[in-house]
Amino acid sequence: MIEVRQLCRSFGPRPILENVSFRIERGESTVIIGRSGGGKSVLLKHLIGLLMPDSGEVLIAGENITGMNERELLRVRSRFGMVFQGAALFDSMTVAENVAFPLVRQRQLTAAQIATRVSEALEMVELPGTEAKRPSELSGGMRKRVGLARAIVYRPEIVIYDEPTTGLDPVVSDSIDKLIIRVRDTLRVTSVVVTHDMRSARRVGNRVVMLHNRRVHVTGSPEEVFNSSDPIVQQFINGISNPKEVTF
Amino acid sequence: MNGSQPSFIRDWLGGLGQFALLAREAFGAAFRFRTSWPDLIQQIYFMGVKSQSVVIITGAFTGMVLGAQSFMQFHKVGMESATLAVVSVSMCSELGPVLTALMVAGRVGAAMAAELGTMRVTEQIDALRTMATHPVDYLVTPRLLAGFIVLPLLTAESIAIGITAAYFVGVYLLGVDPTYSWAHMLRHTDNIDVLTGITKSILFGGMIAIIGSYKGMNCGEGAEGVGRATTQAVVYSSIAILISNFFLTLSLGQLLTQLL
Repeated sequence: MIEVRQLCRSFGPRPILENVSFRIERGESTVIIGRSGGGKSVLLKHLIGLLMPDSGEVLIAGENITGMNERELLRVRSRFGMVFQGAALFDSMTVAENVAFPLVRQRQLTAAQIATRVSEALEMVELPGTEAKRPSELSGGMRKRVGLARAIVYRPEIVIYDEPTTGLDPVVSDSIDKLIIRVRDTLRVTSVVVTHDMRSARRVGNRVVMLHNRRVHVTGSPEEVFNSSDPIVQQFINGISNPKEVTF
Repeated sequence: MNGSQPSFIRDWLGGLGQFALLAREAFGAAFRFRTSWPDLIQQIYFMGVKSQSVVIITGAFTGMVLGAQSFMQFHKVGMESATLAVVSVSMCSELGPVLTALMVAGRVGAAMAAELGTMRVTEQIDALRTMATHPVDYLVTPRLLAGFIVLPLLTAESIAIGITAAYFVGVYLLGVDPTYSWAHMLRHTDNIDVLTGITKSILFGGMIAIIGSYKGMNCGEGAEGVGRATTQAVVYSSIAILISNFFLTLSLGQLLTQLL
Protein backbone atom coordinates (compact mmCIF):
# COMPACT_ATOMS: atom_id res chain seq x y z
CA MET A 1 0.00 0.00 0.00
CA ILE A 2 2.74 2.42 1.01
CA GLU A 3 6.35 1.97 0.06
CA VAL A 4 9.24 4.27 0.92
CA ARG A 5 12.47 3.75 -1.01
CA GLN A 6 15.81 5.26 -0.07
CA LEU A 7 14.23 8.48 1.16
CA CYS A 8 16.63 11.31 2.06
CA ARG A 9 15.62 14.70 3.33
CA SER A 10 17.49 17.56 4.95
CA PHE A 11 16.43 20.98 6.17
CA GLY A 12 19.12 23.44 5.21
CA PRO A 13 22.47 21.86 6.02
CA ARG A 14 20.98 19.47 8.61
CA PRO A 15 20.09 15.98 7.36
CA ILE A 16 16.91 14.62 8.99
CA LEU A 17 16.37 11.34 7.15
CA GLU A 18 18.93 9.25 5.25
CA ASN A 19 18.13 6.24 3.06
CA VAL A 20 14.91 5.38 4.85
CA SER A 21 13.12 2.41 3.26
CA PHE A 22 10.13 0.38 4.44
CA ARG A 23 6.81 -1.01 3.27
CA ILE A 24 3.36 -0.86 4.82
CA GLU A 25 0.86 -3.48 3.63
CA ARG A 26 -2.86 -2.93 3.17
CA GLY A 27 -4.83 -3.21 6.40
CA GLU A 28 -1.69 -3.18 8.50
CA SER A 29 -1.25 -0.92 11.49
CA THR A 30 2.27 0.41 11.65
CA VAL A 31 3.79 2.39 14.49
CA ILE A 32 6.80 4.60 13.87
CA ILE A 33 8.81 5.23 17.03
CA GLY A 34 11.97 7.19 17.66
CA ARG A 35 13.42 10.08 19.61
CA SER A 36 11.88 13.55 19.62
CA GLY A 37 13.22 15.59 16.73
CA GLY A 38 14.30 12.38 15.04
CA GLY A 39 12.29 12.99 11.88
CA LYS A 40 9.17 10.89 12.62
CA SER A 41 6.69 13.64 11.80
CA VAL A 42 8.80 14.66 8.80
CA LEU A 43 8.65 11.09 7.53
CA LEU A 44 4.89 11.01 8.04
CA LYS A 45 4.44 14.20 6.04
CA HIS A 46 6.35 12.61 3.18
CA LEU A 47 3.87 9.74 3.03
CA ILE A 48 1.03 12.12 2.18
CA GLY A 49 3.05 14.48 0.01
CA LEU A 50 3.02 17.44 2.41
CA LEU A 51 6.81 17.38 2.11
CA MET A 52 8.86 16.13 -0.83
CA PRO A 53 12.09 14.13 -0.43
CA ASP A 54 15.46 15.43 -1.62
CA SER A 55 15.99 11.99 -3.14
CA GLY A 56 14.25 8.65 -3.02
CA GLU A 57 10.66 7.66 -3.72
CA VAL A 58 7.32 7.30 -2.00
CA LEU A 59 4.83 4.94 -3.65
CA ILE A 60 1.16 4.90 -2.74
CA ALA A 61 -0.66 1.83 -4.11
CA GLY A 62 2.13 1.45 -6.65
CA GLU A 63 2.02 5.07 -7.79
CA ASN A 64 5.11 7.22 -7.32
CA ILE A 65 4.05 10.49 -5.72
CA THR A 66 7.46 12.18 -5.62
CA GLY A 67 7.63 15.07 -8.04
CA MET A 68 3.85 15.32 -8.39
CA ASN A 69 2.51 18.85 -8.25
CA GLU A 70 -0.04 20.01 -5.70
CA ARG A 71 -3.03 19.39 -7.99
CA GLU A 72 -1.98 15.84 -8.88
CA LEU A 73 -1.42 15.15 -5.20
CA LEU A 74 -5.00 16.13 -4.36
CA ARG A 75 -6.23 12.95 -6.05
CA VAL A 76 -3.72 10.76 -4.17
CA ARG A 77 -4.52 12.47 -0.87
CA SER A 78 -8.21 11.63 -1.11
CA ARG A 79 -7.14 8.10 -0.05
CA PHE A 80 -5.73 9.52 3.18
CA GLY A 81 -7.05 10.89 6.44
CA MET A 82 -4.61 12.60 8.74
CA VAL A 83 -4.88 13.39 12.44
CA PHE A 84 -2.53 16.22 13.38
CA GLN A 85 -0.52 16.61 16.56
CA GLY A 86 -2.41 19.78 17.52
CA ALA A 87 -5.64 18.54 15.86
CA ALA A 88 -5.42 21.48 13.33
CA LEU A 89 -9.17 22.13 13.56
CA PHE A 90 -10.42 25.20 11.69
CA ASP A 91 -11.05 27.59 14.55
CA SER A 92 -13.42 29.76 12.53
CA MET A 93 -15.87 26.84 12.23
CA THR A 94 -18.00 24.76 14.59
CA VAL A 95 -17.26 21.09 15.28
CA ALA A 96 -19.93 20.02 12.79
CA GLU A 97 -18.58 22.33 10.07
CA ASN A 98 -15.07 21.01 10.72
CA VAL A 99 -16.12 17.39 10.38
CA ALA A 100 -18.34 18.15 7.37
CA PHE A 101 -15.59 20.12 5.61
CA PRO A 102 -14.13 17.32 3.43
CA LEU A 103 -17.61 16.16 2.41
CA VAL A 104 -18.78 19.68 1.59
CA ARG A 105 -15.68 20.17 -0.56
CA GLN A 106 -16.33 16.91 -2.45
CA ARG A 107 -19.81 18.17 -3.42
CA GLN A 108 -21.23 14.68 -3.85
CA LEU A 109 -23.66 14.45 -0.94
CA THR A 110 -26.73 16.47 0.01
CA ALA A 111 -26.77 18.56 3.18
CA ALA A 112 -28.93 15.95 4.94
CA GLN A 113 -26.60 13.09 3.99
CA ILE A 114 -23.62 15.12 5.19
CA ALA A 115 -25.33 15.82 8.54
CA THR A 116 -25.96 12.08 9.00
CA ARG A 117 -22.36 11.20 8.18
CA VAL A 118 -21.09 13.90 10.56
CA SER A 119 -23.16 12.63 13.48
CA GLU A 120 -22.08 9.04 12.72
CA ALA A 121 -18.42 10.10 12.74
CA LEU A 122 -18.88 12.03 15.99
CA GLU A 123 -20.58 9.01 17.56
CA MET A 124 -17.69 6.82 16.49
CA VAL A 125 -15.28 9.08 18.38
CA GLU A 126 -17.69 9.21 21.35
CA LEU A 127 -18.54 12.87 21.04
CA PRO A 128 -22.22 12.83 20.06
CA GLY A 129 -24.10 16.12 20.40
CA THR A 130 -21.04 18.38 20.21
CA GLU A 131 -21.89 19.61 16.69
CA ALA A 132 -22.54 23.23 17.65
CA LYS A 133 -19.44 23.70 19.83
CA ARG A 134 -16.39 25.69 18.77
CA PRO A 135 -12.93 24.05 18.82
CA SER A 136 -11.83 26.60 21.44
CA GLU A 137 -14.46 25.23 23.86
CA LEU A 138 -13.04 21.69 23.71
CA SER A 139 -10.31 20.03 25.78
CA GLY A 140 -7.14 18.69 24.14
CA GLY A 141 -8.42 15.12 24.03
CA MET A 142 -11.76 16.17 22.58
CA ARG A 143 -10.05 18.23 19.90
CA LYS A 144 -7.96 15.21 18.87
CA ARG A 145 -11.13 13.12 18.66
CA VAL A 146 -12.84 15.74 16.49
CA GLY A 147 -9.69 15.72 14.33
CA LEU A 148 -10.05 11.96 14.02
CA ALA A 149 -13.75 12.26 13.15
CA ARG A 150 -12.83 14.74 10.41
CA ALA A 151 -10.15 12.38 9.09
CA ILE A 152 -12.46 9.36 8.85
CA VAL A 153 -15.74 10.98 7.79
CA TYR A 154 -14.98 10.52 4.08
CA ARG A 155 -13.91 6.89 4.65
CA PRO A 156 -10.28 7.02 3.54
CA GLU A 157 -8.22 3.87 2.97
CA ILE A 158 -5.27 5.05 5.05
CA VAL A 159 -5.38 7.03 8.30
CA ILE A 160 -2.19 8.58 9.61
CA TYR A 161 -1.78 9.84 13.16
CA ASP A 162 0.88 12.34 14.18
CA GLU A 163 1.54 11.77 17.90
CA PRO A 164 -2.10 11.14 18.81
CA THR A 165 -1.52 10.78 22.57
CA THR A 166 1.15 13.43 23.14
CA GLY A 167 0.15 15.89 25.84
CA LEU A 168 -2.84 13.86 27.06
CA ASP A 169 -3.27 12.20 30.45
CA PRO A 170 -2.99 8.37 30.62
CA VAL A 171 -6.76 7.83 30.78
CA VAL A 172 -7.48 9.99 27.74
CA SER A 173 -4.48 8.43 25.95
CA ASP A 174 -5.99 5.03 26.61
CA SER A 175 -9.31 6.10 25.09
CA ILE A 176 -7.49 7.45 21.99
CA ASP A 177 -5.61 4.13 21.63
CA LYS A 178 -8.88 2.22 21.80
CA LEU A 179 -10.37 4.57 19.25
CA ILE A 180 -7.47 3.98 16.84
CA ILE A 181 -7.96 0.23 17.22
CA ARG A 182 -11.71 0.54 16.72
CA VAL A 183 -11.30 2.70 13.60
CA ARG A 184 -8.80 0.21 12.22
CA ASP A 185 -11.07 -2.78 12.85
CA THR A 186 -14.46 -1.33 11.89
CA LEU A 187 -13.40 0.73 8.86
CA ARG A 188 -10.60 -1.71 7.87
CA VAL A 189 -8.16 1.10 7.21
CA THR A 190 -4.39 0.96 6.96
CA SER A 191 -3.04 2.97 9.89
CA VAL A 192 0.29 4.67 10.39
CA VAL A 193 0.91 6.03 13.88
CA VAL A 194 3.86 8.16 14.92
CA THR A 195 4.35 8.11 18.67
CA HIS A 196 6.86 8.04 21.47
CA ASP A 197 4.31 6.66 23.90
CA MET A 198 5.54 3.06 24.32
CA ARG A 199 2.31 1.75 25.83
CA SER A 200 0.41 3.11 22.86
CA ALA A 201 2.95 1.66 20.40
CA ARG A 202 2.60 -1.80 21.96
CA ARG A 203 -1.18 -1.75 21.75
CA VAL A 204 -2.04 -0.24 18.39
CA GLY A 205 0.72 -1.62 16.19
CA ASN A 206 0.92 -4.84 14.16
CA ARG A 207 4.34 -3.68 13.16
CA VAL A 208 6.89 -1.28 14.61
CA VAL A 209 9.43 0.78 12.69
CA MET A 210 12.07 2.44 14.83
CA LEU A 211 14.01 5.44 13.52
CA HIS A 212 17.41 6.15 15.01
CA ASN A 213 20.21 8.36 13.76
CA ARG A 214 18.21 9.36 10.67
CA ARG A 215 17.76 5.74 9.54
CA VAL A 216 15.41 2.83 10.13
CA HIS A 217 17.07 1.06 13.04
CA VAL A 218 14.75 -1.94 13.44
CA THR A 219 11.45 -3.08 12.05
CA GLY A 220 9.35 -6.02 13.17
CA SER A 221 6.30 -7.08 15.14
CA PRO A 222 5.83 -5.35 18.52
CA GLU A 223 6.93 -8.53 20.33
CA GLU A 224 10.12 -8.79 18.29
CA VAL A 225 11.01 -5.13 18.80
CA PHE A 226 10.11 -4.87 22.47
CA ASN A 227 11.91 -8.12 23.33
CA SER A 228 14.92 -7.26 21.20
CA SER A 229 18.27 -7.30 22.97
CA ASP A 230 19.56 -4.40 20.85
CA PRO A 231 20.96 -1.86 23.34
CA ILE A 232 19.61 1.18 21.46
CA VAL A 233 16.10 -0.29 21.31
CA GLN A 234 16.20 -1.28 24.98
CA GLN A 235 17.46 2.14 26.00
CA PHE A 236 14.67 3.81 24.05
CA ILE A 237 11.74 1.66 25.17
CA ASN A 238 12.81 1.74 28.79
CA GLY A 239 13.41 5.49 28.61
CA ILE A 240 16.97 5.52 29.93
CA SER A 241 19.00 8.60 29.14
CA ASN A 242 22.68 8.54 28.49
CA PRO A 243 24.10 11.75 29.98
CA LYS A 244 26.85 11.84 27.36
CA GLU A 245 24.57 11.97 24.35
CA VAL A 246 21.39 13.68 25.50
CA THR A 247 20.34 16.49 23.22
CA PHE A 248 17.11 18.27 23.90
CA MET B 1 22.58 26.81 -5.42
CA ASN B 2 26.36 26.76 -5.34
CA GLY B 3 26.55 29.01 -2.30
CA SER B 4 28.81 31.54 -3.97
CA GLN B 5 26.28 34.37 -4.02
CA PRO B 6 25.32 36.06 -0.74
CA SER B 7 22.43 34.33 0.98
CA PHE B 8 20.18 37.41 1.12
CA ILE B 9 20.20 37.66 -2.68
CA ARG B 10 19.42 33.96 -2.91
CA ASP B 11 16.61 34.32 -0.37
CA TRP B 12 15.26 37.37 -2.13
CA LEU B 13 15.26 35.69 -5.53
CA GLY B 14 13.79 32.53 -4.04
CA GLY B 15 11.02 34.54 -2.40
CA LEU B 16 10.31 36.34 -5.66
CA GLY B 17 10.06 32.99 -7.44
CA GLN B 18 7.66 31.59 -4.83
CA PHE B 19 5.59 34.75 -5.05
CA ALA B 20 5.40 34.42 -8.83
CA LEU B 21 4.33 30.77 -8.54
CA LEU B 22 1.62 31.66 -6.04
CA ALA B 23 0.40 34.50 -8.26
CA ARG B 24 0.29 32.22 -11.29
CA GLU B 25 -1.61 29.53 -9.39
CA ALA B 26 -4.06 32.07 -7.94
CA PHE B 27 -4.68 33.83 -11.27
CA GLY B 28 -5.18 30.46 -12.98
CA ALA B 29 -7.66 29.39 -10.33
CA ALA B 30 -9.44 32.77 -10.42
CA PHE B 31 -9.72 32.58 -14.19
CA ARG B 32 -11.33 29.12 -13.95
CA PHE B 33 -13.41 30.27 -10.96
CA ARG B 34 -12.09 27.48 -8.72
CA THR B 35 -13.86 28.88 -5.68
CA SER B 36 -17.35 28.90 -4.26
CA TRP B 37 -19.86 31.74 -4.11
CA PRO B 38 -20.22 31.65 -0.30
CA ASP B 39 -16.44 31.98 0.18
CA LEU B 40 -16.27 34.82 -2.34
CA ILE B 41 -19.23 36.67 -0.84
CA GLN B 42 -17.74 36.35 2.63
CA GLN B 43 -14.49 37.91 1.43
CA ILE B 44 -16.35 40.68 -0.39
CA TYR B 45 -18.26 41.40 2.80
CA PHE B 46 -15.08 41.43 4.87
CA MET B 47 -13.13 43.58 2.42
CA GLY B 48 -15.93 45.87 1.33
CA VAL B 49 -18.58 46.30 3.99
CA LYS B 50 -16.16 46.19 6.89
CA SER B 51 -13.92 48.82 5.27
CA GLN B 52 -16.71 51.39 4.98
CA SER B 53 -15.71 53.53 7.95
CA VAL B 54 -12.05 53.90 6.93
CA VAL B 55 -12.94 54.59 3.30
CA ILE B 56 -15.58 57.19 4.15
CA ILE B 57 -13.33 59.02 6.59
CA THR B 58 -10.31 58.91 4.25
CA GLY B 59 -12.33 60.09 1.25
CA ALA B 60 -14.15 62.86 3.09
CA PHE B 61 -11.20 64.39 4.86
CA THR B 62 -8.86 64.13 1.87
CA GLY B 63 -11.46 65.91 -0.27
CA MET B 64 -12.03 68.54 2.39
CA VAL B 65 -8.36 69.35 3.00
CA LEU B 66 -7.60 69.32 -0.71
CA GLY B 67 -10.54 71.67 -1.33
CA ALA B 68 -9.46 74.06 1.41
CA GLN B 69 -5.81 74.05 0.33
CA SER B 70 -6.62 74.61 -3.36
CA PHE B 71 -9.05 77.38 -2.45
CA MET B 72 -6.38 79.22 -0.48
CA GLN B 73 -3.93 79.07 -3.37
CA PHE B 74 -6.48 79.96 -6.07
CA HIS B 75 -7.91 82.73 -3.91
CA LYS B 76 -4.64 84.66 -4.30
CA VAL B 77 -5.12 84.82 -8.07
CA GLY B 78 -8.89 85.11 -7.99
CA MET B 79 -9.60 81.67 -9.47
CA GLU B 80 -11.65 80.20 -6.60
CA SER B 81 -14.10 78.49 -8.93
CA ALA B 82 -11.31 76.16 -10.19
CA THR B 83 -11.09 74.58 -6.73
CA LEU B 84 -13.54 71.77 -7.34
CA ALA B 85 -11.98 70.93 -10.72
CA VAL B 86 -8.59 70.39 -9.08
CA VAL B 87 -10.13 68.29 -6.34
CA SER B 88 -12.05 66.19 -8.84
CA VAL B 89 -9.12 65.46 -11.16
CA SER B 90 -6.71 64.60 -8.36
CA MET B 91 -9.25 62.50 -6.47
CA CYS B 92 -10.25 60.55 -9.58
CA SER B 93 -6.84 59.72 -10.98
CA GLU B 94 -4.51 59.71 -7.96
CA LEU B 95 -5.71 60.28 -4.44
CA GLY B 96 -8.89 58.19 -4.58
CA PRO B 97 -7.28 54.96 -5.75
CA VAL B 98 -4.00 55.36 -3.86
CA LEU B 99 -5.36 56.41 -0.48
CA THR B 100 -8.18 53.85 -0.58
CA ALA B 101 -5.70 51.12 -1.49
CA LEU B 102 -3.31 52.16 1.28
CA MET B 103 -6.10 52.13 3.87
CA VAL B 104 -7.37 48.74 2.66
CA ALA B 105 -3.80 47.38 2.64
CA GLY B 106 -3.49 48.39 6.29
CA ARG B 107 -6.80 46.87 7.29
CA VAL B 108 -7.38 43.92 4.98
CA GLY B 109 -3.83 43.01 3.90
CA ALA B 110 -2.76 42.77 7.53
CA ALA B 111 -5.81 40.71 8.47
CA MET B 112 -5.20 38.30 5.58
CA ALA B 113 -1.57 37.78 6.52
CA ALA B 114 -2.46 37.27 10.18
CA GLU B 115 -5.30 34.84 9.45
CA LEU B 116 -3.44 32.72 6.90
CA GLY B 117 -0.25 32.91 8.95
CA THR B 118 -2.02 31.57 12.04
CA MET B 119 -3.57 28.84 9.90
CA ARG B 120 -0.14 27.88 8.64
CA VAL B 121 1.48 27.88 12.08
CA THR B 122 -1.31 25.71 13.57
CA GLU B 123 -1.07 23.27 10.62
CA GLN B 124 -4.57 24.19 9.38
CA ILE B 125 -3.19 24.76 5.88
CA ASP B 126 -1.60 21.29 5.95
CA ALA B 127 -4.94 19.93 7.16
CA LEU B 128 -6.65 21.52 4.14
CA ARG B 129 -4.13 19.85 1.86
CA THR B 130 -4.70 16.43 3.44
CA MET B 131 -8.43 16.85 2.82
CA ALA B 132 -7.80 17.10 -0.92
CA THR B 133 -8.39 20.87 -0.93
CA HIS B 134 -5.92 23.09 -2.75
CA PRO B 135 -5.07 25.89 -0.30
CA VAL B 136 -4.80 28.41 -3.14
CA ASP B 137 -8.31 27.59 -4.41
CA TYR B 138 -9.82 27.75 -0.95
CA LEU B 139 -7.89 30.62 0.62
CA VAL B 140 -6.23 32.81 -2.00
CA THR B 141 -8.61 32.76 -4.99
CA PRO B 142 -11.67 34.16 -3.17
CA ARG B 143 -9.48 36.89 -1.67
CA LEU B 144 -7.98 37.76 -5.04
CA LEU B 145 -11.38 37.93 -6.77
CA ALA B 146 -12.78 39.95 -3.86
CA GLY B 147 -9.85 42.38 -4.22
CA PHE B 148 -10.59 42.84 -7.93
CA ILE B 149 -14.27 43.47 -7.26
CA VAL B 150 -14.19 45.45 -4.03
CA LEU B 151 -11.35 47.94 -4.53
CA PRO B 152 -12.85 49.68 -7.60
CA LEU B 153 -16.17 50.02 -5.76
CA LEU B 154 -14.51 51.42 -2.64
CA THR B 155 -12.44 53.76 -4.78
CA ALA B 156 -15.49 55.07 -6.63
CA GLU B 157 -17.17 55.61 -3.28
CA SER B 158 -14.16 57.41 -1.88
CA ILE B 159 -13.91 59.67 -4.97
CA ALA B 160 -17.60 60.58 -4.78
CA ILE B 161 -17.41 61.30 -1.06
CA GLY B 162 -14.20 63.34 -1.49
CA ILE B 163 -15.73 65.54 -4.20
CA THR B 164 -18.97 66.01 -2.23
CA ALA B 165 -17.03 66.94 0.89
CA ALA B 166 -14.89 69.43 -1.07
CA TYR B 167 -18.06 70.90 -2.58
CA PHE B 168 -19.55 71.48 0.85
CA VAL B 169 -16.35 73.00 2.24
CA GLY B 170 -15.90 75.22 -0.83
CA VAL B 171 -19.48 76.39 -1.25
CA TYR B 172 -20.80 76.57 2.32
CA LEU B 173 -17.66 77.30 4.30
CA LEU B 174 -15.46 79.31 1.96
CA GLY B 175 -18.13 80.89 -0.22
CA VAL B 176 -17.18 79.65 -3.70
CA ASP B 177 -19.80 80.05 -6.41
CA PRO B 178 -21.52 76.63 -6.75
CA THR B 179 -22.57 76.90 -10.42
CA TYR B 180 -19.17 77.88 -11.77
CA SER B 181 -17.48 75.29 -9.57
CA TRP B 182 -19.67 72.52 -10.87
CA ALA B 183 -19.33 73.60 -14.50
CA HIS B 184 -15.52 73.83 -14.27
CA MET B 185 -15.31 70.47 -12.58
CA LEU B 186 -17.29 68.79 -15.35
CA ARG B 187 -15.29 70.52 -18.07
CA HIS B 188 -11.88 69.60 -16.67
CA THR B 189 -12.55 66.05 -15.51
CA ASP B 190 -12.17 63.63 -18.41
CA ASN B 191 -13.43 60.08 -18.73
CA ILE B 192 -9.74 59.16 -18.86
CA ASP B 193 -9.22 60.46 -15.30
CA VAL B 194 -12.03 58.29 -13.94
CA LEU B 195 -10.96 55.27 -15.97
CA THR B 196 -7.32 55.64 -14.90
CA GLY B 197 -8.36 55.69 -11.25
CA ILE B 198 -10.64 52.68 -11.54
CA THR B 199 -8.10 50.65 -13.54
CA LYS B 200 -5.45 51.42 -10.93
CA SER B 201 -7.75 50.35 -8.14
CA ILE B 202 -8.42 46.96 -9.76
CA LEU B 203 -4.67 46.32 -9.94
CA PHE B 204 -4.13 47.55 -6.37
CA GLY B 205 -6.89 45.21 -5.15
CA GLY B 206 -5.10 42.25 -6.72
CA MET B 207 -1.76 43.33 -5.25
CA ILE B 208 -3.11 43.66 -1.71
CA ALA B 209 -4.76 40.22 -1.86
CA ILE B 210 -1.77 38.41 -3.36
CA ILE B 211 0.85 40.04 -1.11
CA GLY B 212 -1.26 39.52 2.05
CA SER B 213 -1.93 35.88 1.14
CA TYR B 214 1.68 35.19 0.17
CA LYS B 215 3.04 36.64 3.39
CA GLY B 216 0.53 34.67 5.44
CA MET B 217 1.03 31.35 3.67
CA ASN B 218 4.82 31.60 3.87
CA CYS B 219 5.17 33.07 7.35
CA GLY B 220 7.76 31.95 9.89
CA GLU B 221 7.08 29.81 12.92
CA GLY B 222 5.20 30.92 16.02
CA ALA B 223 3.71 34.20 17.13
CA GLU B 224 6.81 36.07 16.00
CA GLY B 225 6.48 34.70 12.47
CA VAL B 226 2.83 35.73 12.24
CA GLY B 227 3.65 39.20 13.60
CA ARG B 228 6.43 39.71 11.10
CA ALA B 229 4.28 38.45 8.22
CA THR B 230 1.53 40.92 9.15
CA THR B 231 3.91 43.88 9.24
CA GLN B 232 5.58 42.85 5.99
CA ALA B 233 2.23 42.41 4.25
CA VAL B 234 1.29 46.02 5.03
CA VAL B 235 4.72 47.46 4.25
CA TYR B 236 5.22 45.55 1.00
CA SER B 237 1.75 46.18 -0.33
CA SER B 238 1.96 49.89 0.50
CA ILE B 239 5.33 50.16 -1.25
CA ALA B 240 4.04 48.17 -4.23
CA ILE B 241 1.02 50.49 -4.48
CA LEU B 242 3.09 53.68 -4.31
CA ILE B 243 5.74 52.57 -6.79
CA SER B 244 3.39 50.99 -9.30
CA ASN B 245 1.15 54.05 -9.10
CA PHE B 246 3.89 56.19 -10.64
CA PHE B 247 4.36 53.84 -13.59
CA LEU B 248 0.61 53.36 -13.99
CA THR B 249 0.10 57.13 -14.13
CA LEU B 250 2.71 57.39 -16.89
CA SER B 251 1.43 54.46 -18.93
CA LEU B 252 -2.33 54.36 -18.34
CA GLY B 253 -2.99 57.93 -19.52
CA GLN B 254 -1.42 57.22 -22.92
CA LEU B 255 -2.84 53.74 -23.19
CA LEU B 256 -6.39 54.81 -22.45
CA THR B 257 -6.18 57.83 -24.78
CA GLN B 258 -5.22 55.52 -27.62
CA LEU B 259 -7.92 53.02 -26.77
CA LEU B 260 -10.74 55.56 -26.52
